[in-house]
Amino acid sequence: MIEATDVRFSYASKIEALKGVTLTVKDGEFLAIMGQNGAGKSTFVKHFNGLLKPTSGKVIVDGVETTKTSVASLARNVGFVFQNPDHQLFSETVEEEIAFALKNFGFAADVIEKRVTWALELLSLAQYRKTSPFLLSGGERKRVALASVLAWNPQTLILDEPTIGQDHEQKEKLTQFILQMQAQGKTVVIVTHDVEFVAECNPRVVLMKEGKIVAEGMGKDILTNPQILAESSIVLPQIAQVFSKLSALGFPKNVIDIYEAEKIILNAVGSKQR
Amino acid sequence: MSVFDGLKFRKVYSPIHNLDPRVKFIYVISIFAVAIIFAQIIPLLFLFVLQVPFVLLARVQRQWLRSLRGAAFLAAVIFAVNVGSSFFYAGYKIAPPAVESALALTLRFVVLVESSSVFFLTTSPDHLGLALEESHVPYEFAFAFTTAVRFVPVLAEEAQTIMDAQKARGLELEKGGLMKRIRNYIPVLIPLIVSAIRRSLELAEAMESRAWGATKKRTNLYSLKLHKGDYALLAITIGILIAAVYIRLYVPIPTIVHLL
Repeated sequence: MIEATDVRFSYASKIEALKGVTLTVKDGEFLAIMGQNGAGKSTFVKHFNGLLKPTSGKVIVDGVETTKTSVASLARNVGFVFQNPDHQLFSETVEEEIAFALKNFGFAADVIEKRVTWALELLSLAQYRKTSPFLLSGGERKRVALASVLAWNPQTLILDEPTIGQDHEQKEKLTQFILQMQAQGKTVVIVTHDVEFVAECNPRVVLMKEGKIVAEGMGKDILTNPQILAESSIVLPQIAQVFSKLSALGFPKNVIDIYEAEKIILNAVGSKQR
Repeated sequence: MSVFDGLKFRKVYSPIHNLDPRVKFIYVISIFAVAIIFAQIIPLLFLFVLQVPFVLLARVQRQWLRSLRGAAFLAAVIFAVNVGSSFFYAGYKIAPPAVESALALTLRFVVLVESSSVFFLTTSPDHLGLALEESHVPYEFAFAFTTAVRFVPVLAEEAQTIMDAQKARGLELEKGGLMKRIRNYIPVLIPLIVSAIRRSLELAEAMESRAWGATKKRTNLYSLKLHKGDYALLAITIGILIAAVYIRLYVPIPTIVHLL
């Protein structure tokens, strides 16, 4: 469990990036943090594994205050996948890249071998085991970065902009993958701009603006509220836009799921035909 | 990244910022030269103090102090090496003159750092490029130079992100002995170098697609002109140079150990 209480944070440049953020992320929860550029999303999640320490307020991860421990020991339970894979890839082979963190955490050699194989297969990278990560495509590099974090099987997974540069198929896979993590009781926190992706997964949504949380609730309620979204320069998901226009005809407004939308429309068409 | 902060230009208006970059450059080179021809502490101390009014006039004292703090480690190494070598050379004893000369050599390094720091803090990369061009340096080189200077803060920021990403994967930079610590930086340096190369290729493509180098002869929107202040600085520089050469040749410089 991650508990942030009245977190304030200023960079060396004296700009206050977080102005009192309070949020609890429960175990097994799926949370999306959204908001425009410079809202403080990335700054905030960097507090979850101690990369940044609050200027005031506190962050408690599994009962331990982040200021009282090291990033390495927090990282064991909180995996953080950065936005740009090129900021972390450095090994000669994909295999070594994935083993890097496992070596840092002091896993035994045979365990490392097993974990690497497991992570490679999970993200369909097995054929690249001996390839240099620098020779892979952008989407593949992103998957290697993800695999290198998943390998040590952290309880909480933070993904910073996971959908950027991914094609539709990869996004689908990512959705599947997150749902799978969910089923295993893992906590997943994503930082994203991608409304369609969030609409598809329907997590709890936290909306940030200028270093503060401005709204939170289920995706279905937040992503269908044009006033709240406009404030954060986020456009409604396409399905929500359609239903918002149809609401004059008596359709419900808060629909973001394709299947739910289909059902409602079929029902309406069916009742007309009858 | 405090060392880089000491070299980062910020737009401020002050008499020092408005000086011609060429004249400032000549001044800095002259200070370098003077610092190198003296190995005694008194003239070096004088050179050190000489920069202070410039810093105060330019109102960059905070960044300037930061660059000095960044240089402190290297200065300490220089001092230790000099004292150490004289310690062994003189038969395992510390002689006060040896300490004084070690101190002087350290101060020489500090003078080099502080004067170049003042120069970079008060000269915009654009002005620098303009100065190079007007000194008939080929435009390609002038451009490469200004681009390099401009990308230093970008690179520093990127290094920070990479460090964060690797720390999140359990890398502990401050762990182990000296060799281990140096090796700890490999996972930071490789992504930094790779992304710098990648960025430079992208930059080259972006520039070429905007017709970089299409005309052989370029004109500039601004041209550099010497003003009263520039002539004054030039006069001061020449004065310092003449005085320094004269003192070096004809005036015996006492050491502090002698004076006491």
